[in-house]
Amino acid sequence: MPRLSPFIVLGLVAVTGLVLSGCGGASPAAADRPQIELLNVSYDPTRELWKDLNATFRPIYERESGSRLQIKQSHGASGSQARAVIDGLDADVVTLALWSDTDALRKKGLIKEGWEDRLPHRSLAYTSTIVFVVRKGNPKQVRDWPDLVKPGVLVITPNPKTSGNGKLAFLAAWGSVVLNGGDEAAAREYITKLFRNVPVLDTGARGATTSFAQRGLGDVHLTWENEAHLEVAESKGGLEIVYPSLSIRAEPHIAVVDSVVDRKGTRSAAEAYLKFLYTNEGQEIIAKHHYRPIEQSVLEKHQDQFPNLRLFPITDIVSNWDEAQGKFFAEGGVFDLIYKPQANGSSRD
Amino acid sequence: MGTAARQRNPLPGFGLGLGITVTYLSLLLILPLGACLLRASSLTPSAFWAAVWTERAQAAYRLTFGTSAIAAAVNVLLGLLVAWVLVRYRFPGRAVLDALVDLPFALPTAVAGLVYSGLLVPSGWYGQWLSPLGVPGAYTRFAIVVVLVFVGFPFVVRTVQPVLETLERDMEEAAELLGASRWQTFARVVLPSLFSSLITGFSLAFARGLGEYGSVVFVSGNMPFKTEIAPVLIVSRLEEFAYAEATAIALVLVAGSVLALAAVNWLERRSQRYAG
Repeated sequence: MPRLSPFIVLGLVAVTGLVLSGCGGASPAAADRPQIELLNVSYDPTRELWKDLNATFRPIYERESGSRLQIKQSHGASGSQARAVIDGLDADVVTLALWSDTDALRKKGLIKEGWEDRLPHRSLAYTSTIVFVVRKGNPKQVRDWPDLVKPGVLVITPNPKTSGNGKLAFLAAWGSVVLNGGDEAAAREYITKLFRNVPVLDTGARGATTSFAQRGLGDVHLTWENEAHLEVAESKGGLEIVYPSLSIRAEPHIAVVDSVVDRKGTRSAAEAYLKFLYTNEGQEIIAKHHYRPIEQSVLEKHQDQFPNLRLFPITDIVSNWDEAQGKFFAEGGVFDLIYKPQANGSSRD
Repeated sequence: MGTAARQRNPLPGFGLGLGITVTYLSLLLILPLGACLLRASSLTPSAFWAAVWTERAQAAYRLTFGTSAIAAAVNVLLGLLVAWVLVRYRFPGRAVLDALVDLPFALPTAVAGLVYSGLLVPSGWYGQWLSPLGVPGAYTRFAIVVVLVFVGFPFVVRTVQPVLETLERDMEEAAELLGASRWQTFARVVLPSLFSSLITGFSLAFARGLGEYGSVVFVSGNMPFKTEIAPVLIVSRLEEFAYAEATAIALVLVAGSVLALAAVNWLERRSQRYAG
């Protein structure tokens, strides 16, 4: 496939630059020490997490290396962030929501083969999951996945086609059937009923949060565990979290973008940055923001904060993300069939 | 419009001016469009067809073109009224109102979408009155038309306003003296002179509606086959890293707007011949 025209890349870079310049305050350049600049391209709800991590990591690195460090963040829907990097956004590290988004960079040759094995725990610094948020007192009595398809229960979840949150919620729902003894037909039936109860398909996680929390739409919101905590805290008692009996183990992988760091000469800083996440300090910050720390000791320390539910990896229901994408979310996949009207015409198209 | 006073071009260097114009338009329009074509041309004709002509895509095109046309038509009526009021009457606050007309240009459309969805949900300011009447509020086609009317609003006002300002009142007085009723004066004298600017306003508002994404995604609900507009389909395909397929859908939209604009142009020229 041909690469994008340089003009589109230029435009993208310019736009991203504008966005970034809004976030990172310009600090006057102190001349003598070498200045290193890292760009971390991440997904939507991790803003607060990375801000905290960056502020802690920067002085540590500057003390150890003697150079000045500036870390910029970029946030957006995971898939479009991956595309921006493919189209030329100079990300030193990517910390995206889905394995398939990171692996898309490998497919385009930006990240080397075997990237998953280069950092501890298969390049995972934390995991997360999908939980339920309900209105105060749980008036519709939503306790577990089967409750979501009851008549009259309105479910808010973003569009699985465009959102990582949406994909994970879909897969968790699918798993709740097939991992509890249901067959594929039962899973299809369940998922069809579930999406009949979804009144709105927001394109991204934040849009769905707005629909549920601000607009007062729906009875239950399927969302990231960390987003659920934010949402509940902001509602000041109007919302509460419900943990289902099982859910998917969400794995937002982290990776150094080889082609970028080798060109910019920022490899050592980028690697130190990601390794910092595995230190006790990094893991504590991760736990503080309601992401599940990968190090068992830190996770156990915060056990009361992370209720124990059965978290299944995606490989329990399909062989890998590529298969999940093709089977469920691609054009003509399971998700599209839910909405096919009456399904009388063949899909000749 | 006002061509008589322009015998001598005050800008020096016709050649330079033209050169810059052509370069500018190439960089801004033709090259990106070319890149678009190139992308889509990596598909075989059958793959192209499969990408752009699914049942779901057809539903999305119908929705996108239909809602844009309805919204543009509403804007023609309301825009004409607003332009008329702003030009013909003097009242306190006129200048403020006049400035407000441009607000949809300035406001990020995502903000407009969020505001309207907040207003139209059953608990919102408008929704609480609409839903008892049985009028569906947010997350329906009605909501899409409402935001498209909002984003397209300034176009008709701003194209009609200057023409209305140059319209001589004498003509209307003459019509009245010759025995025309007020309705006849409006329909036979005023409207024909405004017709071409109304058409221009309509086509601008219509084209604006076709490409609108930011505001619509927040109020439409994006339900496939019901309230999913074509630009959302493009985003879904991009999410699968299916660049070529996404570009193919975009090309259909571009082709559709070019056709619509051409048709409008033809209508406009016909009307000018009729009016002149």
